[in-house]
Amino acid sequence: MSERPQTGSSTRRTMIEAIRDALAVMMARDDRVVSFGEDAGYFGGVFRCTEGLQQEFGPHRSFDTPISESGIVGAAVGMAAYGLRPVAEIQFADYMYPGYDQIVSEAARLRSRSAGGFTAPLVIRMPVGGGIRGGQTHSQSPEALLTHVAGLKTVIPSNPVDAKGLLIAAIEDPDPVIFLEPKRLYNGPFDGRPDQPVQPWSNHALGDVPDGYYTIPLGKASIVRPGEDLTVLAYGTLTFIAEAAVEETGIDAEIIDLRTLLPLDVDTIVASVRKTGRCVIAHEATRTSGFGAELSAQVQERCFDFLEAPIQRVTGFDTPYPVGLEWIYFPGPKRVGDGMKKAMAY
Amino acid sequence: MAERHVQLHVPEPSARPGEIPDFSHLVVPPVHDARRPPVEAEAHSTYDLATTLIRVLDDDGRAGGEWDPGLDAATLKTALRHMIITRLLEEQFMLLQRQGKAAFAIRSLGEEAVSVSSAMAVGATSPGYGPGLDMHFPTYRQAGLLVSNGHSLFEMTCQVLSNSGDRLDGAQLPGLHSVPECGFFSISGNLGTQIIQAVGWAMAGAIENKRIVALAWTGEGATAENDFHSGLVFASVYQPPVILNVVNNQWAISSFQGIAGGGDTSFAQRGIGYSLPTLRVDGNDLLAGYAATTWATERARSGHGPTLIEWVTYRAASHSSSDDPTKYRPADAAAAWPLGDPVKRLSQHLIVTGSATETTLAELHEACRSEVMDVIDQAENLGTINSGPKASPVEMFRHVYAEMPPHLIEQRQELGY
Ligand SMILES: Cc1ncc(C[n+]2csc(CCOP(=O)(O)OP(=O)(O)O)c2C)c(N)n1
Repeated sequence: MSERPQTGSSTRRTMIEAIRDALAVMMARDDRVVSFGEDAGYFGGVFRCTEGLQQEFGPHRSFDTPISESGIVGAAVGMAAYGLRPVAEIQFADYMYPGYDQIVSEAARLRSRSAGGFTAPLVIRMPVGGGIRGGQTHSQSPEALLTHVAGLKTVIPSNPVDAKGLLIAAIEDPDPVIFLEPKRLYNGPFDGRPDQPVQPWSNHALGDVPDGYYTIPLGKASIVRPGEDLTVLAYGTLTFIAEAAVEETGIDAEIIDLRTLLPLDVDTIVASVRKTGRCVIAHEATRTSGFGAELSAQVQERCFDFLEAPIQRVTGFDTPYPVGLEWIYFPGPKRVGDGMKKAMAY
Repeated sequence: MAERHVQLHVPEPSARPGEIPDFSHLVVPPVHDARRPPVEAEAHSTYDLATTLIRVLDDDGRAGGEWDPGLDAATLKTALRHMIITRLLEEQFMLLQRQGKAAFAIRSLGEEAVSVSSAMAVGATSPGYGPGLDMHFPTYRQAGLLVSNGHSLFEMTCQVLSNSGDRLDGAQLPGLHSVPECGFFSISGNLGTQIIQAVGWAMAGAIENKRIVALAWTGEGATAENDFHSGLVFASVYQPPVILNVVNNQWAISSFQGIAGGGDTSFAQRGIGYSLPTLRVDGNDLLAGYAATTWATERARSGHGPTLIEWVTYRAASHSSSDDPTKYRPADAAAAWPLGDPVKRLSQHLIVTGSATETTLAELHEACRSEVMDVIDQAENLGTINSGPKASPVEMFRHVYAEMPPHLIEQRQELGY
């Protein structure tokens, strides 16, 4: 079970509100924290994650930027190197590519190429994943393009409690952190049945978000469902899809929500797979060279003697994310369940 | 020297929700102000045209000045019809989105003269596409190019519905069309990326000594992207036959044009900075848009190279079906826009010149409406995003490569196809 930080009072919040609260808490605690991005100032972001921050902290702490992702990331590098704690928003992860050079060649490598003389302690927030009829430019999951880069940390929460604690930890982290926000989970958990009404976070235990300051450490996974038959490694939206697949198949799976992809919580993964002997990896991103490939290699290298079945990967297909065929593309409970059955068949 | 507080300057628009719209910063010169230089003019001699506003229709709907293209009444009525069809069609698309039949919708309400006048001035492209042909590289805000260039409204609607009649097989968001035979390049959805592609298309034409023209399109917001600047510098260096269209509709979702750096300058002046001949035009004046594009097209085809055009207009509707503009600008802002509405202005011109009456215009509207409604009905028969026939899942795998590689064949088979 996900540990609940104890800070006293708590408030029911969506993931959007939890993220906003993390930013507000940190902006109040630390004058160095600034927030900016396209439409992220006055309006508060197209998903409203920064709503009210400009009104509360002033336009010099929360502001709109020109439509230039390279500008946004590049400016964040400069501010972070100076000593601020910038939290930049990229409107959709699909639009990070103009800023990718600044992420890969600059933010990620500044510390190492200056032997620690300069650093870039920044956070780049970006919504990821599909399930909102956004097509190929509002649905991508580019985590593997980020975990492949030395010098970056990559975080992806799956619920409001984790989102707030992880974001605060990311802001305090001395290295550049990419903070991926599964947009399908912004307003509620998602069981992969798009025809059903959205279940709001207010009905979910992890929508009860502690008030004030708390952190959830980077690099620690969470076992969201203990089980004996097999281990499912998931993150973001697929955490809930895995839960739905367990319901549908009745397989007693241990579901691990990785929460941080890099640094990876190898210990939790290894302990679980050694216990169950079977492993299914599920992500929404395309399959080839996806993060699942790294997970599969880690499990194979560390758990070879314990494996009773080949590691299964359930992923998006190696095609651009379609609008019209979104639910064919999306690895829903049926496909994750099939992967689980396959692992059990050995 | 007076000391000033060092502080971060974050531009603010002249009015926010609840305030009175204020467009006093927009200087609207009389129609006779802007001179029309010869098309072979040097870039530096167009400085004045990058700061003024080229206008043909005055406030009473009369045409005048050096830029008056002298179009006949029949051509003007066709232009009006294309603007009305574009408006009504996009209005229906928004309705379809609200009814859950389309994934997304976007409109060019209030900006229809921009794409319609440009398409008419460039002229219909030859059927088919390939080397030696003109090409528009549009954004989602230029559906009028398709209407003007005679693309099937039925097909446009099928694309918006992501149904079995969608030639893109549901691969792209509604409104992100791709119509090679209309000289309409596949719209990416990633802002700014295609400005430099248009320049590349034009460079290819120049390499082959073709009398073509390529047209780049961008909103003022996306001019902040690096690719815009790449486009301008390549155009300036290689002098290819390209028209760089910057549609300044004042807003980029919730950010006013000042956030794109338009505060104390015009976007047209960016062109001058790169030594590109530049025109700043009243985007709601169909005649002015036609005249400016004709000038730039003649220039391109006669070997005199690129032109930058800033279209000054107003995004009268929401950014898209996902947006609520009352959250960041006065609700009645569009009504106060000093350059008015393009459909009304051209209608008024036809009336004052005796080419139309209130009655014939009402008939035109009615004819356009029933044409659009028929198209919507027919297209819905081929399904919507939510129901009815759709592209086969096979299509998802089909166009990723010219030849499907083994791993995709395997994934397709995994899916049962
Ligand atoms: C690279 C990239 N960044 C961000 C976006 C998200 N986005 C879509 S439209 C838009 C505003 C564009 O404004 P403008 O260029 O002025 O064109 P307009 O919509 O006003 O026609 C933004 C920020 C995007 N599509 N691509």
